[in-house]
Amino acid sequence: MSYFRLVRVFFRVNLVGEVAYRINFFINLFQSILGLGTALLGMAIIFSFTGSLGGWRPNEILALVGVYVLIGGIIRFTIQPGMEQLIESVRDGTFDFTLTKPEDAQLMTGISRFGIWEIINICLGFALLVIALVRLGGNIGGLAALEFVAMLLTGAVIIYSFFLILATLAFWLVRVENILTIFQSMYEAGRWPVSLYPAWLRYGLTFVIPVAFATTVPVEALTNRLNGVTLLVAFGLAVILALVSRAFWKIGLKHYSGTSA
Amino acid sequence: MKSLFQLYIQQFKTTFATMFQYRASLVIWMIGQVLEPLVYLIVWSTVSNGNGGSIGTYTTATFAAYFIILMLVNQFTYTWVMFDYEYRIREGYLSFALLKPVHPIHSDIADNIMSKTITLPILTVIAIGLAFAFHASLNVTPWLAVLFIPGLLLAFALRFLLEWTLAQCAFWTTRVSAINQIYFFLLLFLSGQIAPLSLLPRAVQIAAKILPFYWTIGFPTELLLGKITVTGALIGLGVQIVWVAIAVFLVRVVWRLGVKAYAAVGQ
Repeated sequence: MSYFRLVRVFFRVNLVGEVAYRINFFINLFQSILGLGTALLGMAIIFSFTGSLGGWRPNEILALVGVYVLIGGIIRFTIQPGMEQLIESVRDGTFDFTLTKPEDAQLMTGISRFGIWEIINICLGFALLVIALVRLGGNIGGLAALEFVAMLLTGAVIIYSFFLILATLAFWLVRVENILTIFQSMYEAGRWPVSLYPAWLRYGLTFVIPVAFATTVPVEALTNRLNGVTLLVAFGLAVILALVSRAFWKIGLKHYSGTSA
Repeated sequence: MKSLFQLYIQQFKTTFATMFQYRASLVIWMIGQVLEPLVYLIVWSTVSNGNGGSIGTYTTATFAAYFIILMLVNQFTYTWVMFDYEYRIREGYLSFALLKPVHPIHSDIADNIMSKTITLPILTVIAIGLAFAFHASLNVTPWLAVLFIPGLLLAFALRFLLEWTLAQCAFWTTRVSAINQIYFFLLLFLSGQIAPLSLLPRAVQIAAKILPFYWTIGFPTELLLGKITVTGALIGLGVQIVWVAIAVFLVRVVWRLGVKAYAAVGQ
């Protein structure tokens, strides 16, 4: 219970810190819309030459773009800011203060900082997803919908664990500010179904930098493309990564000896 | 003149040392530079294969060649001054540059030359690998290959000067990220990054050729690919020269106004 209260408090602090700059809202809204416009215009150009891309119809790609924007927003809203904060605080030693708190340090890391304006992207992505779903119409069964939600959650766990493992490296390497940008630059590729890519890139985007589980796989569930194997692999990977990242985090904590503070 | 030469040499050394220090960042950054054209290469190849092997004058193999050359041209002409400038002005570091007796543009030019000297060979190797992986086909016409060199250099000059001008926006506002995003949006669609210009609607093609964007990336790419006649190439080089002249003028005017508006913040 106290955890939820903490989330509320931290969220409020972050929100109050940002809403003071009201013009930022409009600038961020503008940038989010421009980003979405870029994706949609690119889609429009490509679908002016073809009816389907690697077997994917326009509305299915639209759903994929929706998920891409939604998940990208969630990552930059909650996962990434917390990890950046962790890396910073390990470097300058303020991580000591997190350790002295009675709550679990991993939980505290996750909720201490939010990318408030990403709420705009989350809303836009969600809206686009709903539009795509309406246009796909009655083709979506109850089971597909359930699988879709399950795969979104699985993808979120995988991405979170992946980020945690990268950020935990800070305990040894200290200067790893840029390590998280590797995900950002690979995430671009998630705007298209990974089945288009040649095998080496597809495996890279699935198992090395797990972009596919956050974008393609959920939409595959939605459009009845998901086979049982992928489903099981996704579940298995989520469980394994969650456990491994937690264990790795604990080893990292032991290694932390405070720096300057 | 001698001091300017020394400045370039010193900046070369500094850039080299910095890039060597941040090797990991360099690798991460290069992944991004390769991935974007690669994704469009794959998407367009898929469309082309689904369409019987070609769209317009582009076959699947020409698409591959187009995007691989584009990747190299983009890397050659790419700059990051917009991101640097915002930081320099916000944190007040520009004050140090203003104390020096030479125009600060020189250290940026030297910085760009050195970092490209390091990154281009690596990217060329990647490009060759990709060309084999995607069976790219390229029939180089000797005359166009010769004209490609001034085309590429002018494209770099033009893009560098334009982006340097754009970077000066930071003198008036600290919220340059929105302005940069508009620029990259226009660049994506009008320079040929998202698709060869000839596949876009007629109105977009005309706009792209009137505006400078096409001349910074698309033109040299199509030149090496042999999609332009020799006459067309010569006219194109003329257009590039005109645009470079306009850009030089813009840099001078905006810089003069900007320095007046500059109030060192931070330091």
